[in-house]
Amino acid sequence: MRHIISVQLENESGALSRVSGLFSARGFNIESLTVATTNDPTMSRMTIVSIGDDNIIEQIVKQLNKLIDVVKVTDLTATEHIERELLLVKISLKDDSQAEIDGILDGFDAKIIDASEEAYTIELAGKSQKINDFIEVFDADKILEVSRTGVTGVCQKI
Amino acid sequence: MKLNGAQILVDCLKSEGVKHIFGYPGGAVLHIYDALDACTTMDHILVRHEQGAVHAADGYARTSGKCGVALVTSGPGLTNAVTGIATAFTDSIPMVVISGQVPSPVIGSDAFQEVDAVGITRSCVKHNFLVKNANDLAQTIKKAFYIATTGRPGPVLIDVTKDATIAEIDYEGYPETVSMRSYQPEVQVDANQVTKAIEIIASARQPIIYSGGGCVIGNASEALTTLTRHTGFPITQTLMGLGAYPATDKQSVGMLGMHGTYESNMAMHDSDCVIAVGARFDDRITGNLEKFCPDAKIIHIDIDPSSVGKVVGVDVSVIGQVNDVLRALIKGLENKELPNIDAWWQQINQWRDVDSLAYKTKSGVIKPQTAVEALYEVTQGDAIVTSDVGQHQMWAAQYYPFDQPRRWINSGGLGTMGFGLPAAMGAKLAEPELDVACITGDGSIQMMLQELSTMLQYHTPVKIINLNNGYLGMVRQWQEFFYDKRYSMSYMDALPDFVKLAESYGHIGIRVEKEEDLKPALIEAFKQKDRTVFIDVITDPTENVFPMIPSGAGHHEMLLAGRDEMASTNDSGLNLV
Repeated sequence: MRHIISVQLENESGALSRVSGLFSARGFNIESLTVATTNDPTMSRMTIVSIGDDNIIEQIVKQLNKLIDVVKVTDLTATEHIERELLLVKISLKDDSQAEIDGILDGFDAKIIDASEEAYTIELAGKSQKINDFIEVFDADKILEVSRTGVTGVCQKI
Repeated sequence: MKLNGAQILVDCLKSEGVKHIFGYPGGAVLHIYDALDACTTMDHILVRHEQGAVHAADGYARTSGKCGVALVTSGPGLTNAVTGIATAFTDSIPMVVISGQVPSPVIGSDAFQEVDAVGITRSCVKHNFLVKNANDLAQTIKKAFYIATTGRPGPVLIDVTKDATIAEIDYEGYPETVSMRSYQPEVQVDANQVTKAIEIIASARQPIIYSGGGCVIGNASEALTTLTRHTGFPITQTLMGLGAYPATDKQSVGMLGMHGTYESNMAMHDSDCVIAVGARFDDRITGNLEKFCPDAKIIHIDIDPSSVGKVVGVDVSVIGQVNDVLRALIKGLENKELPNIDAWWQQINQWRDVDSLAYKTKSGVIKPQTAVEALYEVTQGDAIVTSDVGQHQMWAAQYYPFDQPRRWINSGGLGTMGFGLPAAMGAKLAEPELDVACITGDGSIQMMLQELSTMLQYHTPVKIINLNNGYLGMVRQWQEFFYDKRYSMSYMDALPDFVKLAESYGHIGIRVEKEEDLKPALIEAFKQKDRTVFIDVITDPTENVFPMIPSGAGHHEMLLAGRDEMASTNDSGLNLV
């Protein structure tokens, strides 16, 4: 099962490699990993998406908690939560009418953030599934470049 | 007070109460060595190889319960230390290793003797630090000792750049306190979990206590003994746990696992209640997981939550210092009616009667088991025994029953050949009044031989019992059983003359080729209180370690010497090697 694990950790050099090293050393899988500082500049928040059965996820949470730099670990998928991912994608305009693409964008609430004669650069934020669906709408040869941030998320309760 | 970083580092170690540092100098740590030269309260032991430094610090820590300290230079100094660090990590030994690093402005430039020490050691330390600024030294050292010695202990590396040791700053003294928001090792024992554990214990009919290294490291020997005596339950101990409960006591059923006793493994298999105390269900203990304790409710007591449920599912876990948890259990059981387990003991005693450690002697050759038994007799079971890794390690564990904790010093988790000799040196420095014996083999001893030189320089007299069979015995044994006797690279031709070798290092060498010479040689060796004696015992090269659970088998499928032919294991068994 897919889990989103949120990790608050000391914003120190090497902290990211401690986490990624733990995943590779113990054979845990990482679907995506995002990291940035928080409002507290000494603390980073990392959001990891991993797939595994309950035992594996339990071990991931425990092993993360064991890392000295880690302050708090939350399995977001175990509670009400909000998740978002950002997509930047370049879509070729060749052979297609702009109107057709505009229609798709409206349906997904996606935004054109850069346009040239040959291509649009489009921005879309949403759940990972929505981003997958959006990408699938286009023929593979129309997609010039895809860049996804990976998931970030928060608990819904205050 | 203006001090340079190196002087601060030395003052911090002094303030931490460090008495012995095991190390080896080099370019990046020259300032530290210069500061050490002025220090009169700490002894520095100049080893002959950095791996030896870390093993010696490890042996010192295991024996004394204090934090071991090692000091190495950058680059190869650090990489040589890695095996020692990993050894300590796997067995949860408290240790602080300080490594030099190239000056901070040249980090990342592939400078002379530069390696990414923090990167290389990341997966085999409890934590590590890179210090590039002298102002961070004192706080970091305080944190390092705090982390290494609390919670589940482990090695902590501090990598210090050379410029940080040179810079002069105002030093305000070693910090008295430390607090880290991300590290809270104190755990309150959950009373509900204790109650649940007691319910299982009270309704057990075939219980067994399975205790591990955590009882030694966590100084829980007394509580473990109290609980065991109070309940009357049988107790089996892991290789790492030996000595926490007296092995010669009648409730002790011996070691469990691959080369454990028949009675302990059978009791584990048939048990309905396994109380795991400071043990981690290592694969050498469990055998085939699908056949592991099929009918038991499992109670797991451990300081480390990640140990729980990692290998086997448990029914009740109690997280905390084993000592605290055991005390809570003892208190909770005080007024509880305990189960009558007479029938269970009857069964266990039947298994005991099998006498699984019996072995056949053969005239004209010395059985390695006999050599260990002779050592036990001569030292009256009171020595600190270190070992290397292989057959001799198992024989030491089987035939030298330990009645006290911290007397059996071996690399159980990582299985590091070369550990025994430097560990014996560390043990002798920690307990100079006690006899220290290093049981080793002709393979292992050659991995750290150079430390014989250190042992002369620092007067650490230990007795080395080399069970010399000319083979890498454990490898040979597996090849005999599982690889159709194809002895690929397990025979050691061209062994040195160990007697002359010991003599050339300034020690006493004795060769023993006849069984009747064994005890007199050992008695003579232990009479030499101030000398290191190397006793080269020529043993039966064909002897195997029994009993044995072949890989892939369960506890109830043990093979006994003289009773069972060694069945070939299957592929899944070999995979478990």
